[in-house]
Amino acid sequence: MNTLFDKIWDEHVVQVVEDGPTQLYIDRLYCHEVTSPQAFNGLRERNLPVFRPNQVFCMPDHNIPTHDQDKPIEDSVGRKQVETLSANCRQFGLTEFKMNSKDNGIIHVVGPEKGLSLPGMTIVCGDSHTSTHGAVGAIAFGIGTSEVEMVLASQCILQSKPKSMRINIDGELAAGMTAKDVALYLMSQLTTSGATGYFIEYAGEVVRHLSMEGRLTLCNLSIEMGARGGFVAPDETTFEYLKGREYAPVGEAWDKAMAYWKTLWSDDDAVFDKELHFKSEDIEPRITYGTNPGMGIGITESIPAVDEVAETGRDSFLKSLQYMGFEPGQCLLGHPVDYVFLGACTNGRIEDFRAFASVVSGKKKAAGVTAWLVPGSWKVQEQIHEEGLDKVLADAGFEIRQPGCSACLAMNDDKIPAGKYAVSTSNRNFEGRQGPGARTILASPLVAAACALTGRITDPRTL
Amino acid sequence: MKQKFDIIVSTCVPLPFENIDTDQIIPARFLKATDKKGMGDNLFRDWRYDADGKPNKSFVMNDPSYSGVILVAGKNFGSGSSREHAAWAIAGAGFRVVVSSFFADIHKNNELNNFVLPVVVTEPFLQKLFESIENDHQTQVKVDLPNQTITNLATGESEHFEINSYKKHCLMNGLDDVDFLVENKEKVVAWEKRRS
Repeated sequence: MNTLFDKIWDEHVVQVVEDGPTQLYIDRLYCHEVTSPQAFNGLRERNLPVFRPNQVFCMPDHNIPTHDQDKPIEDSVGRKQVETLSANCRQFGLTEFKMNSKDNGIIHVVGPEKGLSLPGMTIVCGDSHTSTHGAVGAIAFGIGTSEVEMVLASQCILQSKPKSMRINIDGELAAGMTAKDVALYLMSQLTTSGATGYFIEYAGEVVRHLSMEGRLTLCNLSIEMGARGGFVAPDETTFEYLKGREYAPVGEAWDKAMAYWKTLWSDDDAVFDKELHFKSEDIEPRITYGTNPGMGIGITESIPAVDEVAETGRDSFLKSLQYMGFEPGQCLLGHPVDYVFLGACTNGRIEDFRAFASVVSGKKKAAGVTAWLVPGSWKVQEQIHEEGLDKVLADAGFEIRQPGCSACLAMNDDKIPAGKYAVSTSNRNFEGRQGPGARTILASPLVAAACALTGRITDPRTL
Repeated sequence: MKQKFDIIVSTCVPLPFENIDTDQIIPARFLKATDKKGMGDNLFRDWRYDADGKPNKSFVMNDPSYSGVILVAGKNFGSGSSREHAAWAIAGAGFRVVVSSFFADIHKNNELNNFVLPVVVTEPFLQKLFESIENDHQTQVKVDLPNQTITNLATGESEHFEINSYKKHCLMNGLDDVDFLVENKEKVVAWEKRRS
């Protein structure tokens, strides 16, 4: 009567500290340049080696420019961080997928793509969107830098076991709807703190029918509901996706792994601390209107009126609308858009580029819109080329940039100017997230594409 | 960063907003350091300073009538990113305690790992505390870790708060998790043998 979470978690318990946390074994640690340097400093201060260097994979992604990657990074501070990661990898004997190499990309795109993230694993990274890797059926979650240091030093972490939540989404997704819309819908239902303290298992017909790319998008956004992570039990879609990937097991090892992976289900009589049910028919293409991802509406709906908002939250609600330049009760269809961003660990995969291209194919980008299309990895870049999507996009007036985190958090040059509206396929619409004063509207690649064509908030179903 | 924790009595800095996310605590453009120094200068950067870098007079940290090592914030503090820079910024600006009715998971752990104590109180206690501070900016709060109590000294109202005894021991003795894990390496090796 175990949940899938119990099965994987229990398998990895080294010990339970009396009236304290669990010492949990970690199979895979990913490091990027922003949240790791202080952890490596910590090892040096304590004179410790990396305990299991073969289980650690590093790659810079946050600071990477999305043009001229063959040249040194212009921003000297960002460059130093990227160089520091390389130096640390050399000193501690770790694998690095360097900037501007075919292996590089956003960690949460590269990990699954290379078959480094596998079912039944425990996976951590100093990045909240590590929840993405849950799509392959792994316990994956974001950690702080002190915790990165713990894993480097001991391949373990101290954690309290989260509560379990199962979210079932029944029915079938209609045309024009994506995993992103499902996730944005869940966030507005649960709020950004509704799943805090929980680990989510996504289930139901809609989730079963999602591709791996769709599941990666859904799991990516678990953290935006406050959850530590979210995953999908592995099935044929998972196995099919992983088979033949660079680091996936082969031959006998594959058969052995498959035998184990096929046991990775929540038992029929498993009891969850919380179980929620949603219907696909209640979901339409979604957009956000506020400054946290839970502040979302169906694209044809209006922003709530003040009296629809709980009293303790009203100041924050109004502060948020003031920042966005919106009014309570306003419908956003037709509102002007200045920027469109396709990319990030949320929607920077090949399927997202296919979706975007399907909308803009044979049409033209609106003249007033600046569009940044940023693949999540060089592998995605290569697929875009192989499938001829670059040609379709170029004909419609779109240029493809080089891979990286880019405008999702604007640590590189890709910053949305103050006051401008950006329809973004990324994960957070916090104040200043895409640049000081930038106004972010989160949406799916289909909605982003529709907005790029018209220069206004547009329902892709009406094109 | 390691410092021992006992009883703290202090005035407070209030931020009565819900869902204060880690991008507000420290914006991404200040995450480029390779050490932990100076983060406190950029705590709440875009609320604290205007676009030209001048202090924003209406922000609470620029109002000299507020002071102290206790930050009091609205529900769901620290949501968003896992960046420990947020905890380094809070610690770097001199705060020892953050009081809220709800914390985001990762950020809460990050505070604890930097010897900043997150104290979860009930929503009524929090609202009353905001009220006390608004009425008198010199309102003091007592945070007693050994007894796990927090007291609004303006009203005398007191609440018990939760912390597991392992982490309490760490805070009171200035120990961190890496120390513990390195001491327990044999258990990790035994676990690896068992699995293979």
